[in-house]
Amino acid sequence: MARQPIIETRDLTKTYGPYRAVSGLNIRVEAGEVFGFLGPNGAGKTTTLLMLLGLTRPSKGSASVCGLDPSRSPREIKKRVGYLPENVGFYGDMTAIESLQYVAALNGIPKETAHERMEELLQLVGLETDPRKRTGAFSRGMKQRLGVAEVLIKDPDVLFLDEPTLGLDPEGAIQLIDLIQSLNQNRGMTVLLSSHNLYQVQRISNRVGIMIDGSLVADGSIESLAEAKFGLGEKEYTLEEVYMKYFQEV
Amino acid sequence: MEGLSAVFRKELQDHFSSFRFAILFALIAMVSFITSYMAAMHLRGNLEGLSSTRFPFLMLFSTPGALFSMVQFVAFFGPLIGLVLGFDAINRERTQGTLIKVMSQPIYRDAVINGKFLAGVATISTMFVAILLVISGFGLAIVGIVPGVEEIWRIFIFLIISIFYVAFWLGLSILFSILLKNVATSALTSVALWIFLSFFVSLGAEAVADSVAPVDPKKDIRPEIVLKNAKVKRMVSLCSPMVLYSDATATIIDPMRKTTRSLVLMGPMEELLSSRFKNPLSLTQSILVVLPHIMVLIGITLFCFFISYLVFMLQEVRT
Repeated sequence: MARQPIIETRDLTKTYGPYRAVSGLNIRVEAGEVFGFLGPNGAGKTTTLLMLLGLTRPSKGSASVCGLDPSRSPREIKKRVGYLPENVGFYGDMTAIESLQYVAALNGIPKETAHERMEELLQLVGLETDPRKRTGAFSRGMKQRLGVAEVLIKDPDVLFLDEPTLGLDPEGAIQLIDLIQSLNQNRGMTVLLSSHNLYQVQRISNRVGIMIDGSLVADGSIESLAEAKFGLGEKEYTLEEVYMKYFQEV
Repeated sequence: MEGLSAVFRKELQDHFSSFRFAILFALIAMVSFITSYMAAMHLRGNLEGLSSTRFPFLMLFSTPGALFSMVQFVAFFGPLIGLVLGFDAINRERTQGTLIKVMSQPIYRDAVINGKFLAGVATISTMFVAILLVISGFGLAIVGIVPGVEEIWRIFIFLIISIFYVAFWLGLSILFSILLKNVATSALTSVALWIFLSFFVSLGAEAVADSVAPVDPKKDIRPEIVLKNAKVKRMVSLCSPMVLYSDATATIIDPMRKTTRSLVLMGPMEELLSSRFKNPLSLTQSILVVLPHIMVLIGITLFCFFISYLVFMLQEVRT
């Protein structure tokens, strides 16, 4: 059965002057998938995410997210897509609860609903013990978890996570990856995950895309990519080996 | 609209709980009270023995106390309120990474800048209303004068003009906070522009006027040269929002003034008016005299905000 693509891009291109940040990108992500978005720094992953959210206008090509065009109806898309930016920031003098309340208000969620959801979410991300602590005093891991809670408060269908485990300790990273996996499996959220941590991506992704210098050089399941590069064999290749192989060839 | 009201409420809360606002408010409230207290004491002495002055209440604002009057004080230091409220509006959010978070929520993009500007204006308005009410209270208590209906109207118009004046500076500092990535740079730039427009333009006006139409007291003074000199000086100095504001409030707060022009530039009718008739102007006449000034002041405020709005809407989120 052909599933509806929830994210689809057609020749999506973004240029800044002579510099091509993203060139002719074609990706398809189906509902319920975890798509690992890989690539070195500056490959254009964040720019792609911003274009999908309608925060940056594509120079050429088009995209559709949840069946909507980001350039035309960014608000509708942002209602259904939760975006966790890389190095998400907080207002240092707000408490965790206040910060969540503000995001809920921006989403137009009524106070009572927001209140219930907040408690549940703080529990989910493991911040239930410090709801009244100022975010300025939060550790990196706590900030990242609060960021996830803020993304979830709108109850999104799709998650865009940009380097969610960057700078986290191993334990924190594993917890976060587990959380993402459970959101995907239990709530059916589609996840677009950009990360440098190939081991974690391999653990939870159904499919990966490798982006180098603005172009997608590989797209498929880890096994199929390994097969394309190393041929059929007994050996199971790790994502790291596959990634390095692609990277060396470019 | 939800987005706008959420940003507005958050910004307003930030302003009222911020330390810098508290300091600035305390400073301005203190100076205003001292000024009007001095004015009131002065006024009480003057009023004794007079049978009736037409607008004693307004003199609370227009009489210089120790150094300057309340109106002059707002003209000088009002801009600082606007600058302090706006200089880091956008660039701080950009550097701390909250701007992208807010913009990835389902709100219109302009909700951010509109909310910030409106919250600033609301803060400014609250501040002015509070100060004016307290000063009026002083007047009632110390001098024992009760404002008439017309005086209340005049104070109200003065309030509106003052809010627009400070909002202009707010808009300007928000513009700098959009254009300049660094918080310190935008703060310094706005202060530099404030000093330039408020203090140097009037010096510059004199220099320009003297070079265009030099008046040499040693030679015979020709009236047309003197007139031209005064005209040029006035034209250049009107580039300063401070002069514009002072002129716009001049006839509003002082009904005895018939014009904002100096003696040299007065037309024959104006001259006749001010020398022959010692009666104050009616409220509508007072407004008419400074209407161009008020319109220009409102105009540059809206223009300044409009530019900020445009730049913000066209700017890349991630820069």
